[in-house]
Amino acid sequence: MIRSREEKIIQLVSHIILTGVTIAIVMPFVLLFISSITEENTLIRNGYSFIPEKFSFAAYIYIFNQAGTIFRAYGITIIVTIIGTLINISISSMLAYGLSLRKLPFKRLISFYVLFTMLFNGGLVPSYLMWTGTFKITNTIWALILPNYMLSAMNIILIRTYYHSSIPEALYEAAEIDGASSFRVFLNIVLPLGKPILITMGLFAGLNYWNDWTNGLYYLRGRSGERLYSIQNLLNRMISQIQFLATNSAASSLGEEAARIPSASVRMAIAFVAMLPVLCIYPFLQKYFQEGIAMGAVKG
Amino acid sequence: MPEVTRSQVTVKRKSSKAAKLKRWLPVYIMMAPALVYLFINNYIPMAGIVIAFKKMDYNSGIWKSPWYGLKNFEFLFSTQDAFIITRNTLLYNLAFIIVNTVCGILLAVLITEIRHKRAKKLYQSIILVPFLMSMVILSYIVYAFLSGENGFINNVILPLFGNEEGINWYMEAKYWPFIIVFVNTWKNLGYGCLIYIATMNGIDRALYEAASLDGAGRLKQIRHITLPSLKGTVITLTLLNIGRIFYSDFGLFYQVPQNSGQLLSTTNVIDTYVYRALITLGNTGMSAAAGLYQSLVGFVLILISNLLVRRLDPDSAIF
Repeated sequence: MIRSREEKIIQLVSHIILTGVTIAIVMPFVLLFISSITEENTLIRNGYSFIPEKFSFAAYIYIFNQAGTIFRAYGITIIVTIIGTLINISISSMLAYGLSLRKLPFKRLISFYVLFTMLFNGGLVPSYLMWTGTFKITNTIWALILPNYMLSAMNIILIRTYYHSSIPEALYEAAEIDGASSFRVFLNIVLPLGKPILITMGLFAGLNYWNDWTNGLYYLRGRSGERLYSIQNLLNRMISQIQFLATNSAASSLGEEAARIPSASVRMAIAFVAMLPVLCIYPFLQKYFQEGIAMGAVKG
Repeated sequence: MPEVTRSQVTVKRKSSKAAKLKRWLPVYIMMAPALVYLFINNYIPMAGIVIAFKKMDYNSGIWKSPWYGLKNFEFLFSTQDAFIITRNTLLYNLAFIIVNTVCGILLAVLITEIRHKRAKKLYQSIILVPFLMSMVILSYIVYAFLSGENGFINNVILPLFGNEEGINWYMEAKYWPFIIVFVNTWKNLGYGCLIYIATMNGIDRALYEAASLDGAGRLKQIRHITLPSLKGTVITLTLLNIGRIFYSDFGLFYQVPQNSGQLLSTTNVIDTYVYRALITLGNTGMSAAAGLYQSLVGFVLILISNLLVRRLDPDSAIF
């Protein structure tokens, strides 16, 4: 193919600009990682930098030894993400299935009921009073699972649209003639054929749960709330209380060790550990993420 | 025998109703969990907006607390805060809409121009990574750059320009409009970009072939084919964003500035105000009033923007 001068210049300029953007996106993550493996005194003297004088894995060793708080938080994040995503996808796929049936009585009314939640909301105060007062979820694991992330009206619409466009009506009719129950149809036809969209929406639901820190901020309080901190809540708490780690181990009667805690690097190490799973799964599932966004899937 | 016919008809109707119920009941049962969840998570709090008109007394509960008329709103709008949070919310969102649209389109055009398949894929993948991170993680990254004593900027960048003192970033409100817009762009660039790329992939290839036969170069093709065909997407996205202009990303304004009181004049938005009034100050009435103010204006804006979207592009409208 003959390429014009113009085209060559465009290729070159595009590559230069996009390489610049890529660097601008990657470098902050690199800074975070390098900071986490910088020796503590170097950090205190020279600050966070890309080329530290001295490296040290003390922060990661500390995380491993200290384990208790951090592993616990990690475990809670994993449990909440799994439970939340499973519930989200089960109830969403069933609701979307109903809404995709053309002859369902009251379909328009139910659609409106779902859509209206995207237009108007009661705001934080009534939700807060309801979850804490009526449902008493404060300082329970449900505080991290129930509010907000179990269902997204927008995702219901995307799933329904997908069912509409990719499951032929004739299939339902054939199943009905064979005497299959609605639940059978859902299990044997809708779920298998709707797999791509359910994976996509499940990923976004999972990401919401993994990244959420607001529910913990609202509904976990005091000492008994701390036990349920997700990894994001722990990070949140650590950045607001710089001395958190020091006081935490001082409380466990290791006063002198408190002075040796590499807190500046540990903070960055925990942040890195918290984002690692997302970074690891993204390359394998990016197709789903990108398709979801092109469709309009929402993230918290 | 009219009598018989009529009763026969009723019987038939009854049995068809029963059949209908039998046919649809399992479907309704399957839909029920999600509908119940929406009722609890979304509809009950809607009824709770009455709190904005009450003098909240926790001992007697929401419904028995005395009515307070519009007093909560009077208090809210008599403070300077009401003006500041409205101004900040609106201006930031406007800045986000403009910056994200321009940058998103620019990068989308550049990425689609790239011939090298693997490079193209790589750019497209990396650009989305910040979008997948939580605001807490971002606040750590921002902290690594801006921290007073340890920050990269104070330690490495500013000394290059002869500033050895450094800047106390978390104490000086004037820098934050730029920081917030920058962080928001950095995080959300990939999202907008991908939507524009999706639109561009839908453009008919024949248009470009015809243009190139007519001797139009790539730049001309971008100007006369690519950009005009993005118009619909741009208008739709902008309208949808205008519908959300009274809302903001709580984490961006609470977490990234680390809840610093010194920065409130440029970082306080309606969402952070509602949270602080409720949790930090324990002023339920004022918080509820600000929340309802946001919900109502937001509702009107969403309705208007959706009506406009529906006229221009029915597929993208919410209703």
